[in-house]
Amino acid sequence: MITEHILSILLALPLLGACAVMLLPRHSGAAVKITGLLFSGIAFALSVWMFVVFDEAQPAMQFVEYVSWIPALDIGYSVGIDGISLLLVVLTTFLTPIALLASWDSVKDRLKGFVALMLLLEVGTLGVFVALDLFLFYVFWEFMLIPMYFIIGIWGGADRVYAAVKFFLFTMAGSLLMLVAIIWLGYYASTLPGGHFTTNLLTLYSVAPGIPFAIQSWMFLAFTLSFAIKIPLFPLHTWLPDAHVQAPTAGSVILAGVLLKMGTYGLLRFSIPLFPDATFTYLPYLAILAVIGIVYGALVSWVQPDLKKLVAYSSVSHLGFVVLGLLALNEEGVQGGVLQMVNHGLSTGALFLLVGMIYDRRHTRMIKDYGGLARIMPVYATMFMIVMLSSVGLPGLNGFVGEFLILVGAFTSQVLGSPWYAVAGATGVILAAVYLLWSYQRVFFGRVENPDNKGLRDLSLREWCVLVPVIIVIGWIGVYPKTFLDKSAVATRSVVQRYEEGRRGDVRAVSGMQGTGAVQSGQSGNILAGTGAVRSGQSGSILAGTGAVRSGQSGSILAGTGAVQSGQAGSTLAGTGAVQSGQSGSTLAGTGAVQGGQPGSSMKGTGRTQTRQ
Amino acid sequence: MSVPLPYYLALSAILFTIGVIGVLARRNVIVIFMSIELMLNSVNLTLVAFSAFLGDVAGQALVFFVMAVAAAEAAVGLAIVIAVYRNKQTVHVDDINILKW
Amino acid sequence: MAYEYVPLAVLLPFLGFLINGFLGRYLKREALIGSIASLMVGAGFVIGLTTLFELLAAPPESRTRIVELFPWISAGGLNVPVAYQVDPLSVTMLLIVTGVGFLIHVYAIGYMHGDPGFWRFFAYLNLFIFAMLNLVLADNFLLLFLGWEGVGLCSYLLIGFWYDRNFEKGTTGDAAKKAFIVNRIGDFGFLIGMFLIFSTFGSLRFQTVFAQAAAFEVGSPVILAITLALFFGATGKSAQIPLFVWLPDAMAGPTPVSALIHAATMVTAGVYMVARCSLLYALAPAALTVVAVIGACTAVFAATIGLVQNDIKKVLAYSTISQLGYMFLALGVGAFSAGIFHVMTHAFFKALLFLGAGSVIHAMHDEQDIQRMGGLKAHMPVTYWTFFIAALAIAGIFPLSGFFSKDEILWKAFSGGHGVLWAMGLAGAFMTAFYMFRLVVLTFEAEPRWGKDKHPHEAPSTMAVPLIILAVLSVVGGIAGIPASLGGGNAIEHWLEPVFRPALDKLGGTGHEDHTMELVLMAVSVSVALSGIWLARRWYLRKKEIPEALTARIPGIYRLLWNKYYVDEAYDGAIVTPLQKGSEKLLWKVVDVGVIDWLVNGSARAVGFVSRGLRLLQTGAAQSYVVVFILGVVAILGWLLVH
Repeated sequence: MITEHILSILLALPLLGACAVMLLPRHSGAAVKITGLLFSGIAFALSVWMFVVFDEAQPAMQFVEYVSWIPALDIGYSVGIDGISLLLVVLTTFLTPIALLASWDSVKDRLKGFVALMLLLEVGTLGVFVALDLFLFYVFWEFMLIPMYFIIGIWGGADRVYAAVKFFLFTMAGSLLMLVAIIWLGYYASTLPGGHFTTNLLTLYSVAPGIPFAIQSWMFLAFTLSFAIKIPLFPLHTWLPDAHVQAPTAGSVILAGVLLKMGTYGLLRFSIPLFPDATFTYLPYLAILAVIGIVYGALVSWVQPDLKKLVAYSSVSHLGFVVLGLLALNEEGVQGGVLQMVNHGLSTGALFLLVGMIYDRRHTRMIKDYGGLARIMPVYATMFMIVMLSSVGLPGLNGFVGEFLILVGAFTSQVLGSPWYAVAGATGVILAAVYLLWSYQRVFFGRVENPDNKGLRDLSLREWCVLVPVIIVIGWIGVYPKTFLDKSAVATRSVVQRYEEGRRGDVRAVSGMQGTGAVQSGQSGNILAGTGAVRSGQSGSILAGTGAVRSGQSGSILAGTGAVQSGQAGSTLAGTGAVQSGQSGSTLAGTGAVQGGQPGSSMKGTGRTQTRQ
Repeated sequence: MSVPLPYYLALSAILFTIGVIGVLARRNVIVIFMSIELMLNSVNLTLVAFSAFLGDVAGQALVFFVMAVAAAEAAVGLAIVIAVYRNKQTVHVDDINILKW
Repeated sequence: MAYEYVPLAVLLPFLGFLINGFLGRYLKREALIGSIASLMVGAGFVIGLTTLFELLAAPPESRTRIVELFPWISAGGLNVPVAYQVDPLSVTMLLIVTGVGFLIHVYAIGYMHGDPGFWRFFAYLNLFIFAMLNLVLADNFLLLFLGWEGVGLCSYLLIGFWYDRNFEKGTTGDAAKKAFIVNRIGDFGFLIGMFLIFSTFGSLRFQTVFAQAAAFEVGSPVILAITLALFFGATGKSAQIPLFVWLPDAMAGPTPVSALIHAATMVTAGVYMVARCSLLYALAPAALTVVAVIGACTAVFAATIGLVQNDIKKVLAYSTISQLGYMFLALGVGAFSAGIFHVMTHAFFKALLFLGAGSVIHAMHDEQDIQRMGGLKAHMPVTYWTFFIAALAIAGIFPLSGFFSKDEILWKAFSGGHGVLWAMGLAGAFMTAFYMFRLVVLTFEAEPRWGKDKHPHEAPSTMAVPLIILAVLSVVGGIAGIPASLGGGNAIEHWLEPVFRPALDKLGGTGHEDHTMELVLMAVSVSVALSGIWLARRWYLRKKEIPEALTARIPGIYRLLWNKYYVDEAYDGAIVTPLQKGSEKLLWKVVDVGVIDWLVNGSARAVGFVSRGLRLLQTGAAQSYVVVFILGVVAILGWLLVH
């Protein structure tokens, strides 16, 4: 029972939590925090259980639920996860309680609203990762903007309103174009024979690759623009430093840890499989932007005087890596990209947590105000060093596994076609050490110059509880990433496969669909027409295709230029080129070789005709 | 008919134009209302003239509607003018520009 | 089977790191902390010995074993396990690392006595051994890289151990950061090498890669690319031209660190890696030439700088860079086992030299300038004599260990037809002998030039005993490689032969064994070394005025050498500062804030501009609205009339 609806429960829990929090009396500070922690904690526990029972070998979506929402437009509440979204869901539910715990003492004003908004943010982000319907996805995508806007705008720093508005408008501008593209897609599906307006992702997977290139190009750009803003991809990144710096600690953690991944997730889940031809055309440009982002982000990060801004720009650099990995479109690269999404969420999230801790004490983020902290707060210094090394990509910690897979994938990628992207990206490895080590040194090493730093307390128990789980996972992924890589392996393979089939013109069809290129169907009663190979696995199918036509069941009627093959009785086959049938009762007509395996077949053919007993 | 139709229409047009000019050019709100009434009445004249010439009673029926609406509108309009006057102490339309940008 | 315990040898130091790292602060007794750390390393040495004997008992062709622990990274075609390869080369390195490491751990118990960060020091040392063992025992490039970066990390932590101290023009933190970043630049090359290996061979495991590589033909361009990229990484880790600049700065760390990491073990990682990939290098003769040339050049270059340095550790640092050059020279002329042999002997005498220097520094209360030392041999005889022995060894005097290894290298260079390289090696040998004995004289033998506030004393036994053991090893260590020309069996060459056989086959046989020539060259190099020693003693013991006059006559050259050829300044001016200034002024201020953000905010400004224009329509005067109505009505009516 729970398993069937676990995703809905996962979405509902934080929502209920937000309501519960709002209903609490105004000044019950601890109760509010505990409620928030409770609901997000239970959500985390559920997602861990989901992680454990997830079937690694299954390529299709799991825990699928479907409720029809707007039947006239075939818009439904359709949710499900595969290995990729599973990792991101667990990341989200993991980071939210940690973020709430981190702001235990630092948010005092309007606490109820804060906790409620954080929970709503969780709902939005989880929804994005599990939605299998484009309309639903869009709703959640826009939905998460609102809590984030308020979190930055109310509990943020000095320039919070500017940062919040900039974040909101920038993101929304991109998403609006995506909405147009979604509607266009649905409309396109309705123009196909036997089709209807739909926003169901799985249906569109089979339809969209067939869109003529000119239109597909615009749709791809519309979708990708929105994702590129979110990632953020150079040069659309300028909202990020302001948003991160002005946001409160918990906001920054979720922003960096989860929200940015929505962009890369969207790229992987939507842009690439839906529009493979356009992907291929624009891939080099995106890859160049990704590499520029890696280097540019690192260089600008180097010279920042504000510690939080430094981490913000480092996100630009790290996500450049992720995008590069995804664009490699081979298993190593995409696996690396997906894992690096998780890694970045953990490392950069932890960095923001750490910066938040020092900010709570001194209310300044300027590096020059610090120095020599290792002597005063040694435990904090140690934790910071571990997280920093993870961000640098030290082998043995999580960052290295992702970075290496990405670079190897990019280097050997047939799709990218050139090893130089990986070579340029690898310079990011040097630059990461430069900016991180230098900032660490200025903050922690050296003598204590500033007297304000003398009496700082080291980590409290609560701060320990915030950091230690993150560091444990950082180490786990670094030493034994198999736990996580295995979950996403099959999903990665199917994304890559989907892209490749879309490029070749193969389309996995659901009944009644038409495609250019190969058309494949697994169900009976289908009518399939396609240029290229046409394949059907069920009886009653009527297939027409240029190129090879194959059917595995009786009753099929097949017509095709090129080879025609049928495995069952009662088939009627007509084809130029070789025609083959394995059963009796078949009627075959073909130019070229005609072969039948059973008596009773009537065959007609120019060229060799054969009947075997 | 002794007076040909065009004369009625011409009179009506002239009255209407005078009314429009009054609405656009005069500064006193009351005078603007008077001009609006003038416009409405010119339309009434047109309607009656056509009704008489075409022998269709509908035109005259419509005149009753127009007169009723004109009366209602004048009542409401004057009520608004009184409310504005109580607050701004003026009926000079240039001074009543609170909805300016 | 003993070799199955090798992973334990690797893990025990990590356990030591955890124990001392978490509990060290609460374990008040230094002896306890130091013992835990030393024992973890010592256990590794014992495991190494038993494995050695086990391998010796097996026939030479079957001395390779793999111990696989668990799968590490698996995605797509990349399948890398955590697995260790036990073969003659890795066992040799294991023994060197754990053996010398153990001695240095014990020494450090005495040296770091009283330091508030005592527990932290030993935790880091153990972590270092863990990483280094991963490096030398890995059965694949990726695990090697883990160790490679791990030792870089520990180097960073240990150089900056006293993190609030100054060091020369900057701080210890600066030195540590420089080490890490310069190493990282080399690591970039290593990464590229690994990518190329994976894309060419489909795997990163040594056995798979080398088995496939055997089928390649000599001179293959992709193998050339691989070997050059990997070598670039090696120049970083092993401080060769052009990435040697971090090693002198690394002297900011405590002396045991300099001994262990920057002399005996970490810096030899590059040599190990090239030796491990000997087959690949044999397939790319151009790369071998590059290795040899850079090695020889570095050997001479660093030696010239070492001639004029006054900080005891700096002299040793440049000496290390120079000796590493010799090791690469050996590899580059195809004498792989000679290179490894020199790694071993160098570990003995260089560690001894550093530890001895530490003993001096300790006794002189952190004084490191040799111009302010002198006459210490009376106060610290053990240190003096062990230091002297080490100096003889490094100078290559028969029959100490350094003689055998260095001569092997020079002979192989000469007999391989590389006359110029041999001559450079010989010149380096002269300079080595000279600067080492300049150091010995100025520190121990010349007249004392220190003030009344110094009370030099001999080192405590925890420090002295390792010195003695290392001195013994420096003397007898050469037994491992007595060449045939002197009647020995060159044990180490035969021991390592199975590892290097595929490479040596590709290179072709060296042909003739000219024992006479070898003996002649040996005599030449020994006499060159002796003359270097003689000159140093004459100048610095008796006739100080000669070097002083010489310095006055060639001030430009002297300054050039003293300032290390201004390489650091060149790098800083050409790369670091422009990059930093450019990032700040151009990339951030102009591109990011000025251009991109200006455009983003500009779109908002544009919208605002349009709104400010449009709002003027709202005049608030009802009459203007009426005008608009009327115009609109007229327009519509007009359009209707027209159509």
